Amino acid sequence: MRALDRKLVRDLWRLRGQVLAIGLVIASGIAVLVMSLSTVESLRDTSNAYYERYRFADIFSGLERAPIRLKNRIADIPGVQTVQTRIVKIAVLDIEGFEEPIIGQLVSIPERGEPLLNQLALRDGRLVSPGRVDEAVISEPFADAHELRVGDHLEAIMNGNKRTLDVVGIALAPEFVYAIGPGALMPDDKRFGILWMGRKALASAYDLDGAFNDVSLSLLVNTEPEYVIQQLDQLTKDYGSIGAIARKDQISNWFLMNEIDQMRTMSMLLPTIFLTVAAFLTQMVLSRLIATERSEIGLLKAFGYTRLQVAWHYSRMIMAISAIGILLGWILGTWLGRYQTGLYAELYRFPFLYFRPSIATFAVSALISIAAALVGSMRAVYNAATLPPAEAMLPPSPPVYKQRKNIITHLLAWLDQPTRIIFRQLARWPIRSMLTSIGVAFAVGVLVMSLSWFDAIREIIDVYFFDAQRQDITIGLSHEQGDQVVYELSHLPGVLSVEPSRIVSTEFHALNRKHRGTIQGILPSAILNPVYDVDRGIVPIYSDGLSLNSMLAKKLQVAVGDTVHVKILQERRPEIVLPVVDIFESYIGMPAYMNLDALNRLMKEGKQVEYLNLLVDVKHESKLFAKLKELPDVAAVSLLQAAIDTFNKTMAETLLIYVTIFSSFGCVLAFGLVYNSTRITLSERGRELATLRVLGFTRAEISYILLGEVGLLIAVALPIGCMFGYGLSWIIVSAFETELYRVPLVIQPSTYGKAIIIALAATAFSALLVRRRLDRLNLIKVLKTRE
Amino acid sequence: MQADNNIQSGNYESKVTLSAKALSKIYQTGDVKVHALRDVDLSLYESELVVLLGASGSGKSTLVNIIGGLDTPTSGQVFFYDDDLTAYNDHQLTMFRRENVGFVFQFYNLIPSLTALENVALVTEISKNPMQAAEALAIVGLTDRINHFPAQLSGGEQQRVAIARAIAKRPSILLCDEPTGALDSKTGILVLEAIERVNQELGTTTILITHNAVISDMADRVITLADGQVKSISENSKRCKPKDLTW
Ligand SMILES: Nc1ncnc2c1ncn2[C@@H]1O[C@H](COP(=O)(O)OP(=O)(O)OP(=O)(O)O)[C@@H](O)[C@H]1O
Ligand SMILES: [Mg+2]
Repeated sequence: MRALDRKLVRDLWRLRGQVLAIGLVIASGIAVLVMSLSTVESLRDTSNAYYERYRFADIFSGLERAPIRLKNRIADIPGVQTVQTRIVKIAVLDIEGFEEPIIGQLVSIPERGEPLLNQLALRDGRLVSPGRVDEAVISEPFADAHELRVGDHLEAIMNGNKRTLDVVGIALAPEFVYAIGPGALMPDDKRFGILWMGRKALASAYDLDGAFNDVSLSLLVNTEPEYVIQQLDQLTKDYGSIGAIARKDQISNWFLMNEIDQMRTMSMLLPTIFLTVAAFLTQMVLSRLIATERSEIGLLKAFGYTRLQVAWHYSRMIMAISAIGILLGWILGTWLGRYQTGLYAELYRFPFLYFRPSIATFAVSALISIAAALVGSMRAVYNAATLPPAEAMLPPSPPVYKQRKNIITHLLAWLDQPTRIIFRQLARWPIRSMLTSIGVAFAVGVLVMSLSWFDAIREIIDVYFFDAQRQDITIGLSHEQGDQVVYELSHLPGVLSVEPSRIVSTEFHALNRKHRGTIQGILPSAILNPVYDVDRGIVPIYSDGLSLNSMLAKKLQVAVGDTVHVKILQERRPEIVLPVVDIFESYIGMPAYMNLDALNRLMKEGKQVEYLNLLVDVKHESKLFAKLKELPDVAAVSLLQAAIDTFNKTMAETLLIYVTIFSSFGCVLAFGLVYNSTRITLSERGRELATLRVLGFTRAEISYILLGEVGLLIAVALPIGCMFGYGLSWIIVSAFETELYRVPLVIQPSTYGKAIIIALAATAFSALLVRRRLDRLNLIKVLKTRE
Repeated sequence: MQADNNIQSGNYESKVTLSAKALSKIYQTGDVKVHALRDVDLSLYESELVVLLGASGSGKSTLVNIIGGLDTPTSGQVFFYDDDLTAYNDHQLTMFRRENVGFVFQFYNLIPSLTALENVALVTEISKNPMQAAEALAIVGLTDRINHFPAQLSGGEQQRVAIARAIAKRPSILLCDEPTGALDSKTGILVLEAIERVNQELGTTTILITHNAVISDMADRVITLADGQVKSISENSKRCKPKDLTW
């Protein structure tokens, strides 16, 4: 080993505490980067492979009823590769021992052989035998939730008739990666399941012999889906189609892609913060090290080492520190990525999971962090390289402190000497002090940002599930009905009140902007499920126009008073221009509301309802459930409490882990910063502190000087950190604004408190480590040598 | 304070301030044992000025550090009046230094971020019966430099601030380890005059380590160490004034 290499190794070993602290900060950044990128990659690769292998369709369209022969005309649309027609229905299921009604999505599969598109990944058992009307393949998560196995039975109310079905197989399918029931946000595998049944069984149960009500297409390569959708809609429009959608809008895929996008956003933001701080830390340690090694550097140069060799020596040091962080980060990131992918696999169900983070992920993360560290420390290295040998041999002149006559002087006059030392020290190195404070503030900011997720979710739950929805049960009818059903339902056991509503599929147009969604018609007297603005609370519904959610208004670029061209996609498919009468704020979805009677008039129909919101007396719940399972026209029953529970459970599982990960990294950041700056201060001022010990200052008193300085920097950092936290949350919240969610920017005072406490604990820990060194300060050695 | 009552120097009837009994110090580095002190017995009397001579490595600093409560002996005892310093814990030793010992070192060891006055105040703030910081600086003749930072002072001036800082608490003992080592002779004499004056006016028992045998002329007694042992103790019948010394 050459002498310089040896010096490098010894230096790294001597500074191991600091090296490790910087390494950990770098590792945090790398870990977040590798974790997010590898999860993104894994989800993307897995879904791509899954979609391809099981022939996930490109276009989906649901309709009322179309004759089989329409299929040939669909196949003739240019660009279409394969056409798969199906029968898809919603039914209420009944499983012994589970009181609440379950929603089942019935999907037909061919009598013989595999479906052409949207094939099943069979996990157990077999597909249904030809001609058997009482066999079903059920979805795996649903089977797991109810511990159903091949050979078990369940009951389905199909078109008013109760049928007992044999479970012959258990499967997954690419169109149900994210399997959610109608109107739900998150999978509730206990209350929603997929049942694949033979085509004939469903055709006869729903009087659809020789007909279909769902079609999916795959396209030839390089075919634009828009054109095919247009053609398809033309063909299916007379058969009750509500309009075809491309794969990107298919509900399961849409959720999955949304998730991947969000994660990509995360993978940009947080690593940037961590790697920036790491670069700053490296610079801080290095410039200090170089300052203490001036004479060595001068000596090297006097011996004939070139500037480049000196620069290279210190650059290698930076790279070595980075390498430690990168390696740790890779290991941690891969582990976290695998863990996170596993978590996603609970929510998004795949028959297989690829976790093969690409070399590129690792390479990119390493490159970014080394570059950041090198750029950050460039100045220190440059200073070392350009030090003239003669000057380098002189010890650095003692720092010059100046007495300035200003207010601060007067303030200082009131302080004791140790406190004065602290203030003078800060004033002597204002930039370094400021950067340390800012670094710690970042750490606090990251903590506030992570913890504020809890506040945001609490706010969403409070507003969306408690304030905006007050019903206990929502019932979906299999078809619109006259409003006498309201009266009928209100006489069921335990029902306290019933509120009708109707949801129609709609296309909104405003100039060249377009949105596909729904209009929900509600009564002006609605209180169970009213229009709810997050600030104004319940807002009235007007009969002469549309109330739009603000996100929808933003997408259409309309304000109150503007008009929207509304194309209803159901029944008689009326089109009308409606004024926007109100814009309200809500966190989830992009709902649009109308007065129910006005909507019915628009549909050119009488008083029709499709959904019923029920307020229920819990005492009679069981009786009510039993009754609901019997009712022929009930297609779906959803319980608000179940939705809240699922939401909470899913959030608790995923969020808690994120918050833990990011909070830990926030702690690492705070720890790394405080540890490094105190260690540096200690090495710079060990002599001074030892002198004070000799003069009779106690350990506690000299700790005060060293740690008081850090304490002051932290005290400054805390409020700034809270502001950073607010800013970071704002950035994240903005980045997360999707058509599905708007995360509210709420940060409770207690969240700031918790972040501050955690940051203080992390800094206290590093202070404690340094304090131990302080106690071991060698008084005598310090006195023997000149600085 | 004890020292205030007894300003006479060279008074062997006066009380013993500090005494060392069978003091040994062994440094162990790896397998090598270094006997820095071997069985040293020594008494220091109130208000005397002792010069400690000896070759490099003879154990002078080690002895002074132990006496001053900076270090602990391997065996033997150190008494400050009737108190056994070797039985003290770290905190007690700190308190002992804080109240009773003033140190002056070769390399001044001033706090760079504090002015001359503040460096002295640093000590007066934590001791029980100190003099005014400005008063201490006046004793060493630095009244016109009190608001200067160490970086703005010459070496000799810095050393005199260090002396002022050491004596401002009115210590019983003043320990100076080569206080003139880094200074030229003219400046060195100024520093020695300051030490002499403190010893005379405050009656502080003073030990002065030096390599410069000339300086021993200003002492009451001269103790020579060799190889960790006391080789000789000689008394000066008459103390010279520092300004009469030349080297
Ligand atoms: N920390 C230590 N570890 C090991 N040996 C030490 C240590 N400190 C001092 N010594 C040894 O103890 C002996 C006495 O050292 P001391 O510093 O007391 O000498 P000194 O008389 O003050 O010398 P000088 O005049 O050079 O300052 C020397 O041999 C020295 O090498
Ligand atoms: Mg010595």
